[in-house]
Amino acid sequence: MYTPEMLGLIKTVEQTRERRLKESFPRLTAEEKANILRSYHPDYMEGSMRPVRVGPNAGEKMPHAHVDLLESRSMVDVDGLSLDTIDYDVDVLVIGGGGAGTAAALLAAEGGADVLLATKLRHGDANTMMAEGGIQAADKENDSPAIHYLDAMGGGGFTNIPELVRALVTDAPLCIQWLESLGCMFSKDPDGTMNSIHGGGTSRKRMHFAHDYTGAEIMRTLRDEARNRGIKVVEFSPAVELLTDDHGQCAGAVLYNLETGQYQVVRAKTVIIATGGSGRLHINDSPTTNHYGATADGLVIAYRAGARLIFLDATQFHPTGVAFPEQIVGQLVTEKVRGLGAQLVNIDGEQFIYPLETRDAVSSAIIRECRERRKGISVPSGYGVWLDSPMIEIIHGKGTIEKELPAMFRQYIRFGINMAEMPIIVYPTLHYQNGGVLINENAESEVPNLYVAGEASGGVHGRNRLMGNSLLDIIVFGRRAGKNAAEKAKTVKLGKLTLDHTKRFNEELKKQGLGQRVAPILLPDYRGKISG
Amino acid sequence: MTGETKMVSIYIMGKQYEVPRGVTIMKAMEFAGYRFIRGCGCRGGFCGACGTVYRTPGNFRLKVGLACATMVEEGMHLTQIPFYPANRAAYDLQALKPTLGTLLQHYPEVTRCLGCNQCTRICPQGLSVMDYIAAAQRGDIEKTAHQSFDCIMCGLCASRCPAEIVQYNVGILARRLYARHLVPPAQHLAKRVEEIKAGKFDDELNRLMRMDKEELQKLYDARDIEQ
Ligand SMILES: Cc1cc2nc3c(=O)[nH]c(=O)nc-3n(C[C@H](O)[C@H](O)[C@H](O)COP(=O)(O)OP(=O)(O)OC[C@H]3O[C@@H](n4cnc5c(N)ncnc54)[C@H](O)[C@@H]3O)c2cc1C
Ligand code: SF4
Ligand code: SF4
Ligand code: FES
Repeated sequence: MYTPEMLGLIKTVEQTRERRLKESFPRLTAEEKANILRSYHPDYMEGSMRPVRVGPNAGEKMPHAHVDLLESRSMVDVDGLSLDTIDYDVDVLVIGGGGAGTAAALLAAEGGADVLLATKLRHGDANTMMAEGGIQAADKENDSPAIHYLDAMGGGGFTNIPELVRALVTDAPLCIQWLESLGCMFSKDPDGTMNSIHGGGTSRKRMHFAHDYTGAEIMRTLRDEARNRGIKVVEFSPAVELLTDDHGQCAGAVLYNLETGQYQVVRAKTVIIATGGSGRLHINDSPTTNHYGATADGLVIAYRAGARLIFLDATQFHPTGVAFPEQIVGQLVTEKVRGLGAQLVNIDGEQFIYPLETRDAVSSAIIRECRERRKGISVPSGYGVWLDSPMIEIIHGKGTIEKELPAMFRQYIRFGINMAEMPIIVYPTLHYQNGGVLINENAESEVPNLYVAGEASGGVHGRNRLMGNSLLDIIVFGRRAGKNAAEKAKTVKLGKLTLDHTKRFNEELKKQGLGQRVAPILLPDYRGKISG
Repeated sequence: MTGETKMVSIYIMGKQYEVPRGVTIMKAMEFAGYRFIRGCGCRGGFCGACGTVYRTPGNFRLKVGLACATMVEEGMHLTQIPFYPANRAAYDLQALKPTLGTLLQHYPEVTRCLGCNQCTRICPQGLSVMDYIAAAQRGDIEKTAHQSFDCIMCGLCASRCPAEIVQYNVGILARRLYARHLVPPAQHLAKRVEEIKAGKFDDELNRLMRMDKEELQKLYDARDIEQ
């Protein structure tokens, strides 16, 4: 429940609402956008990054949290672990049970492969489950894959890898149709036409959704299908190291049973990393929207095996994280709230940014409003700005929020805040790993037989991802990874299993005086704290 | 937490701990020194991993909630529940018919519903679980689909059901049947897929792919935005 001071401030928001309903705030010019990013985006903050000293990206700057992990030693005792006893022997090993991993497993099984899916928590405990807003696909008359391409490139600051973006936008309608055929319950008109709205940075209304449970709906559908097809899944068994063979190709992984502490050896002809992102590293001490297992494990193990990373210096802060109430600070307020017409306003009830700029720009504008212009609202964790949610009800009719944003509504009403009647307070929160393991359009990494898909991969979104392109990317590249890995597995001849790459990496660390820490960390540690 | 933090006393699996007031059960347990392996996923009410049973002083009633979305209360006794083993039918969705017969063939136990409403009372999402099971009993797949839509499959309803119905599995079968077999497929989508397969957009995409940053930026800045 709001404090009396906050309730007082809400009056200002209400008084300016009438005026703001008619007013449209101008969009940033390219130059203004570049300036605001440079001055306020956390990526450009002095001292937030350092160069990594070992491995394929040596010399490149990344956030400290990532460098710490990449400069850590293996948790596996490489000389002590016997690779002679093989616990699972499969064609395709999928690491990670989110959307990308499950899509990959389904396609690999369809391609005739014997598939094992190993995942850290339960199958589906993943960022995919939490995605609310939507998934993009250019499938309406006034839209085209080319326009989608342009939006994605512009959103990414034109740094995206063109081949990956082409794959993304051309597979998009196909992937939505695949989900539709699997019985994924998208929000539709009675005649089957899919509902669609804008997201930040889109020039067409191409965001499809399933109320505001889009990711949950996709995830539970894929998981249900994987269960129907009898795909083998081991839960609570994160991969902690890849295996290579004596020809230097990827050949499986070492799993760690979180409950018994035992290691298991998986031999696989091809491996797909789909371990998702890294929000739980709390870069810059930021709160995060991410699920409990988002700790960049896939990057760590792929890096040791020789895979190159890209754009890890570009971190996505979602402009609208919860800033109040304290209990849910950092959690997401989906972009769909702005998509439906809610405006961002400062303490004086003024707009200060076009609501549907790209995320990096909106985040920077909020930070400027609070830090430099001192027009933020004070909250226990710092400050925030208003997101005038009741406008949605005025524009689209009473009851729209409960109908279109049930998850959001529920998130706030649990704490006595009715967002249909009162604005909410938001501030940027750590949301998405823009970069990851470099892949090509076949979802191949630079390590033979190692595929990567979803948030763990990098390149497709450039330095900034648009809303709705990630749920899309996990399906597009998850499917491509699964299909290609199954196909490739048919011709792979494996040699002797080794952990030689890990040995070499450990030695390199030692030479540099590094490797005091152990990674992957698997789970964040909040013992004795109130955080996360 | 800023300022002076007020503490409350809670019992986690029988042991007493002092934890800050006004935090979620999940954060309180971490503050008390627990590190979750099970029972924690999204931390935001989406994944259903964190079902918790608790009792508050002076009340005989067992309460249930999500640890990530329920606040601690003075004197609360709590324990986390493991995910319930539950019956789940396997099926080939494409071959199924969206009928009462299909629902009953896969989950015959829905006919045994006693109407006790335990499921509705316990659902942390506030769903009318009994009603969607009643709809399923009548073969009203559309209603079952819509009424169960916000289910996070936490399993709490099934843990209390005297008829041993697995409501959330009935729900997802209904949703998939509905979306696959009762809702018309999107025509615009089918059309676009055909166009893509025919290569309609290839030339334009190839042209864009060859452009350098400046050219693309110009096009980007000039693009019209649908209102
Ligand atoms: C709150 C929130 C809202 C979002 N909203 C949207 C949206 O509206 N639209 C959109 O397009 N995108 C959205 N995103 C982004 C999008 O949901 C994610 O980027 C995407 O779902 C990632 O999918 P993934 O399969 O790559 O990873 P995940 O879904 O995170 O899955 C990764 C899986 O790997 C497992 N794992 C991790 N480490 C290991 C290991 N060592 N061994 C084995 N398994 C491991 C994890 O437990 C998990 O199961 C949102 C993200 C969040 C957090
Ligand atoms: S219907 Fe059952 S499984 Fe679904 S959210 Fe409610 S209690 Fe949990
Ligand atoms: S708990 Fe079981 S028996 Fe009782 S109303 Fe719900 S479904 Fe029916
Ligand atoms: S941790 Fe996901 S619902 Fe509580």
